[in-house]
Amino acid sequence: MELIDLLIKIALIIVIFVISLVVAMYSTYAERKIAAFFQDRVGPNRAGPWGILQPLADGGKMFLKEEIIPTNATGFLFIVGPSLAILTACIGSAVIPWGQNLEIGGRVIPLQVTDINVGILYIFGVVSLGVYGIMIGGWASNNKYSLLGAIRAASQNISYEISMGLSIIALLMVTGTLSLGEIAKQQHGFWADGYFSWNVFKQPLGFLLFIVCAFAETNRSPFDLPECETELVGGYHTEYSSMKLGFYLFAEYINMFISSAVMATLYFGGYNFPFMDLIHSPNLVAILGVVALFIKIFMFIFFFMWVRWTLPRFRYDQLMDLGWKTLIPLAIANIVLTGIFMTFFK
Amino acid sequence: MSTFYFIAFLSIFFSILVISAKNPVHSILYLVLTFFTFTIHYILLNAQFLAVVNFIVYMGAILVLFLYTLMLINLNKEAEPVKPFMVKIAAVFGGGILAVALVSSLKLLGVSDPVVLKNPDLGLVKNLGKVLFNEFLLPFEISSVLLLSAMVGAVLLATKEKEPKATI
Amino acid sequence: MESLSNKKKQLEIKPLNFWERAYLPAIAKGLSITMSHFFKKPVTIKYPEEKREFSENFRGMHSLKRDEQGRERCTACGLCALSCPAEAITMTAAERQKGEEHLYREEKYAAVYEINMLRCIFCGLCEEACPKEAIYLDGDIVPSDYLRKDFIYGKDKLVEAPLNQ
Repeated sequence: MELIDLLIKIALIIVIFVISLVVAMYSTYAERKIAAFFQDRVGPNRAGPWGILQPLADGGKMFLKEEIIPTNATGFLFIVGPSLAILTACIGSAVIPWGQNLEIGGRVIPLQVTDINVGILYIFGVVSLGVYGIMIGGWASNNKYSLLGAIRAASQNISYEISMGLSIIALLMVTGTLSLGEIAKQQHGFWADGYFSWNVFKQPLGFLLFIVCAFAETNRSPFDLPECETELVGGYHTEYSSMKLGFYLFAEYINMFISSAVMATLYFGGYNFPFMDLIHSPNLVAILGVVALFIKIFMFIFFFMWVRWTLPRFRYDQLMDLGWKTLIPLAIANIVLTGIFMTFFK
Repeated sequence: MSTFYFIAFLSIFFSILVISAKNPVHSILYLVLTFFTFTIHYILLNAQFLAVVNFIVYMGAILVLFLYTLMLINLNKEAEPVKPFMVKIAAVFGGGILAVALVSSLKLLGVSDPVVLKNPDLGLVKNLGKVLFNEFLLPFEISSVLLLSAMVGAVLLATKEKEPKATI
Repeated sequence: MESLSNKKKQLEIKPLNFWERAYLPAIAKGLSITMSHFFKKPVTIKYPEEKREFSENFRGMHSLKRDEQGRERCTACGLCALSCPAEAITMTAAERQKGEEHLYREEKYAAVYEINMLRCIFCGLCEEACPKEAIYLDGDIVPSDYLRKDFIYGKDKLVEAPLNQ
């Protein structure tokens, strides 16, 4: 690989990293603001105009708070927990196609860090790894509430991973590839061959299952049982303070951003947008594609928050019932239906 | 090649830590790291699908369940059961046999010819699927039946027997 | 037992039908309700900048009034202190000297007049007891402070500003 290519890759990685951090940062602000609007309130409005400096103030507060490591905690693992949580949240962005290739000065710049041919499985693996941060942190705190939160997180993640995987399998049957770049390319435009080209119109049930599982995997309400404050004080981060707590909260928002990006790519056409063939400059299409993808991502983030401020939390047995007795049979039925449809109608 | 040696060293190092760690939870975490190095091995062998499946299934699911179980056990020093003398003798005996087996197998060790794959992209999903569903269809299906029977057995063990209905 | 009001209603717990068990229609309904609130005007009053309008008979901080010529009306009779159920008011009387006629209306005036705002319950009995119409609870909300001693308001905070200023 040439040096300039390497530099471009590194720059791309840094840009994506910074963007996901900034989006996560402003998600905290957006969450508070949106929650306020849903409850006929104003929300944070003191730091800067409309309170847009609130995330910076929050971050500063997090950094300046006292670092507490409980005496009976396992010191090293106590620190590893939040670090692992934020690491696994960040590395998912590596395989997401953020846009079509840019062409600058005869050089083709792909807007995807790496297009490995098992992209979806990579995302899936990263998601399944995400539970370690919570489990290690919860166990190392040496607190019964933390441990209960960690255990809930583990069983919830494993249960919903199965139906998530099964809903992806149905999608793979339609697309015939595991590479996210390829899947995004297949959904070109909005209308092709007499039908919508976006996968959500080919896999509506699969999308529904996927989004429910995404809520569970990111520990968002109504499935936020691992940090359920009415039962478990603070869940797995009961003993955490300062920036270590900040990392846990931050990881949740990064996860939300990444899973929104994955959903947008897998089901909502990724960087594709309607009437993209009418624009002839490829660079303009690429840039507009990035904008379109981010609009979709923000819509999903908004949906995450909308659901959070609408639905009450599930009870734990209801959560398990939903996961094992409803979602998994539905996902298997979806696979069978997709198979029948593909055999007889194509 | 040096990457291989480095990763191989790490695998062995972490697997030694797995058995030497005092705290079972630490031992499981070292096992996670060991499996992670295995994943890297698979990637070095160009078996990406296997690598990711190892990543998801072993690291993401099975070891999480291991960890889950160990976290629920009370692992105090006081709760440690006192091992009877016979068990210690048996352990020494078993270890000795293992050592003999290892030494004898090392003696028979010879450098084999490197296996050259006919198809270097065998590890990719498409090729792997074709091989599994053509040449190895029967073993594949039999192993799925095995898993199914294990699942049914687990469900059977887990379901409580229904209490007889009280008659008035 | 027979219900007296006849408002008791026996609820029947029916098994949920398919759409109720599917959750989704109920979730969509809930989402639409929250969305309708999203576009409603916030009911918040941003306090220090905006203030809620007080009702006419609102009783806030006390003020000691002056008469038309800018003289203090209070004559330190002590009726307000006597009427105060919370015993928040205390005062020291003094005699008006020669040359102070433009300051105090009566021959006796309050040299020290203190109200403990932590004790005051804003009942308005002092207002009613005053024979000279010298004290009114027509001020704002009493501001917060850090120390208890800062809640004992003296004449510097209570007496109305002079007329000619």
